[in-house]
Amino acid sequence: MKDKKIIKIYLYTRYERFWHWLQSFMIICLIVTGLEIHGTYKLFGFQTAVNIHNFIGLSWLILFAFFVFWLFTTGEWKQYIPTTKKLFSVILYYSWGIFQGKPHPIQKSKGAKHNPLQRLAYLGISAMLLPVQMVTGLLYYLYNDMLGILPLSILAVIHTLIALFLLNFLVVHLYMTTTGHSLFSHITGMITGWEEIYETTEIADWETQATRKN
Amino acid sequence: MTPRYFLKCCLTVIAVTAFFCSFQAAFASTLENGEEALGRKLAKQAVKDSKRWSTIDHTKVEALNKDFTSGEEITGACLSCHSEAATQFHKTIHWTWLASGDKSDIRYGKAGYSVNNFCISGNAMEDKGCLKCHVSWNKKGVKGEVNCLKCHNSSGFNFNEAFGDIKAFSEDNDPETNEMVKDIQQEIKQAITKVTFPTRKNCGECHFKGGGGDGVKHGDLDTSLTKPNRMLDVHMGIDGKNFSCTRCHTTVDHHIAGRIYTNPAVETRKSLIEDDLAPKITCVSCHSSEPHKNDSKMNDHTDVVSCQACHIPKYARVNPTKMWWDWTKAGKMKDGKPYVVKGPFGKPVYKSIKGEFRWEKNVIPEYFWSNGSQTSTTADDIIDPAQIVKVSHPVGDKTDPEARIFPFKIHRGKQPYDKIHKKLLAPMLSGKRGFWTTFDMNDAIEYGNKTLGIPYSGEFDYVETTYAFPITHMVAPKENALNCTECHIRENSRLASITGLYLPGRDKSNLIDIIGWLSVFGALAGVFLHGIGRFFTRNGKEN
Repeated sequence: MKDKKIIKIYLYTRYERFWHWLQSFMIICLIVTGLEIHGTYKLFGFQTAVNIHNFIGLSWLILFAFFVFWLFTTGEWKQYIPTTKKLFSVILYYSWGIFQGKPHPIQKSKGAKHNPLQRLAYLGISAMLLPVQMVTGLLYYLYNDMLGILPLSILAVIHTLIALFLLNFLVVHLYMTTTGHSLFSHITGMITGWEEIYETTEIADWETQATRKN
Repeated sequence: MTPRYFLKCCLTVIAVTAFFCSFQAAFASTLENGEEALGRKLAKQAVKDSKRWSTIDHTKVEALNKDFTSGEEITGACLSCHSEAATQFHKTIHWTWLASGDKSDIRYGKAGYSVNNFCISGNAMEDKGCLKCHVSWNKKGVKGEVNCLKCHNSSGFNFNEAFGDIKAFSEDNDPETNEMVKDIQQEIKQAITKVTFPTRKNCGECHFKGGGGDGVKHGDLDTSLTKPNRMLDVHMGIDGKNFSCTRCHTTVDHHIAGRIYTNPAVETRKSLIEDDLAPKITCVSCHSSEPHKNDSKMNDHTDVVSCQACHIPKYARVNPTKMWWDWTKAGKMKDGKPYVVKGPFGKPVYKSIKGEFRWEKNVIPEYFWSNGSQTSTTADDIIDPAQIVKVSHPVGDKTDPEARIFPFKIHRGKQPYDKIHKKLLAPMLSGKRGFWTTFDMNDAIEYGNKTLGIPYSGEFDYVETTYAFPITHMVAPKENALNCTECHIRENSRLASITGLYLPGRDKSNLIDIIGWLSVFGALAGVFLHGIGRFFTRNGKEN
């Protein structure tokens, strides 16, 4: 392994990175203010927390539409097609191989940015948790204008549960960023767009030509 | 630059712009933007040009320019011009003290079977002590003549005392006393010309002092409202809008708009915009049901929360109000004589004639669903003495579209009940056979219940009771309205006892919270252990 050279490929486009960091900022703000509204602690004051939460929540709805548009116009949605191929070996790697210095069974490439485990996790979040969170959030926000669709008690409880699941994801996700070649290499990749991979990975000519900057 | 790349750039720019635009819009609506809320605009419109004007100067009225020897004579003079006034007034609750317009229905009202946990009963107007507040001359009740001056005179002159003096003096023919009689008559003549629409002092004489003294009963009505500042009452403040009681409590044929507890104050929450003739008695009448600024979350509250709930943070903010009255302690003597013990606020905490009291100031209201009606346990209703008896209690729950969460003063106390008939009792208090003279509760009850025509078994004991007063006056300026977290908070929410709704910040599902937090802390523990593992195995690297 050691003799293999590490090279960088341009994996995350500008919009993708913008959306990723904006999304993370918004999710963190929503969790922080949401938990205050839930009564878990006092921070901004209830009214301010509600205002921030509503504003970011509504902004999120608009921005998520752009994300979906981007996803389908660029064909990036294919990155999220779930597969069981090598899923088990990824799980095995994180639960055992990583401690033995074994290589990651999957190398990132332009056509497959996510390993099978990531695909499953991100699909679950983008297609299940986030839509339910958006719908319950919007109904919660419009509760007074559309009475009787769902009682607030049910909306609020679902909204809270998914918020905590997203917080769970955030914890794991943050930790997983440290499992790259170095502690910060994945994070660096998401900031610059250039992800480190081993040279052995075959990269098609068109990939490097189209994306190489300098 | 490829077209696709260009498209992406454009989308990014649009997304960023949309983000920051919505940012501004969202915050602009939450900040003070100087624009006035609709509710304020409407209210100001409703009371603009409110100055009453008149075409009469009562000092020039011939009928008043004579020597009067009795109150009834004055009323006669009033009626010589205002021919229908007494006829109208005889039909109102202020005269009959009965909730129903039908005089044979004596179930509800001070003159009927209604009781409270203060001086308990009006004993069908037989308890003369109560009649100090009846609008008749010489405590004669409905048998007497209407005393117009009680509500329509601003002089503050004591006519009863004056006529008593005249009567006493006129019996001897001493020229010196004759001179005094003339002086008194001159004073009376001057005083009666001070005719007015009812002032706060007129109404307050009874409504501020109900239950036997200043601030005893309501908690939101006491003599501090005679000349309040706007911090105490934003509508009545003499440094603010300076409303008199009649500004809101409007009148038709001497029927004064207000609350009759057997019915909601107004059937539906009418707005002046919808119906200019609605009794202007609810906040909504002037402020509309969307009183706050556009897009304010507060406007979403008005279908559930009454205005008063947030805008009257505390009651009895200047003068204390009575919160507890225990009749079981009444009748103790010191050296064979009744006595009084004064406590905090300089208010009596014990009176032999009445029992033990507790007073409080700056009281946080209790909150209940209320549609404007109150249940009333009268002296003729069966009670369960094993429970605290709700003599008066608000009606309503979440499912009632007219009900709102409303603030109340709950006056608690202990009062006598019939052990055999299981009914609240109506002891006579004043007069020769009253408890205040005889200190014999059993006899006072026997006599008192007889006035109502309700049989008494002869055996009584005491039961704890509550009496609910809606808190609706002493509206604070808007900057003193409640913070969200007075209610939207896990512990000690003001609405802790309100059920039937999910209150964000107060409520949660324990199960969901446990599942959610277990997943979060499970993840934390998992990544922590995983990280430790990587640290000690050094990611499997040998060096």
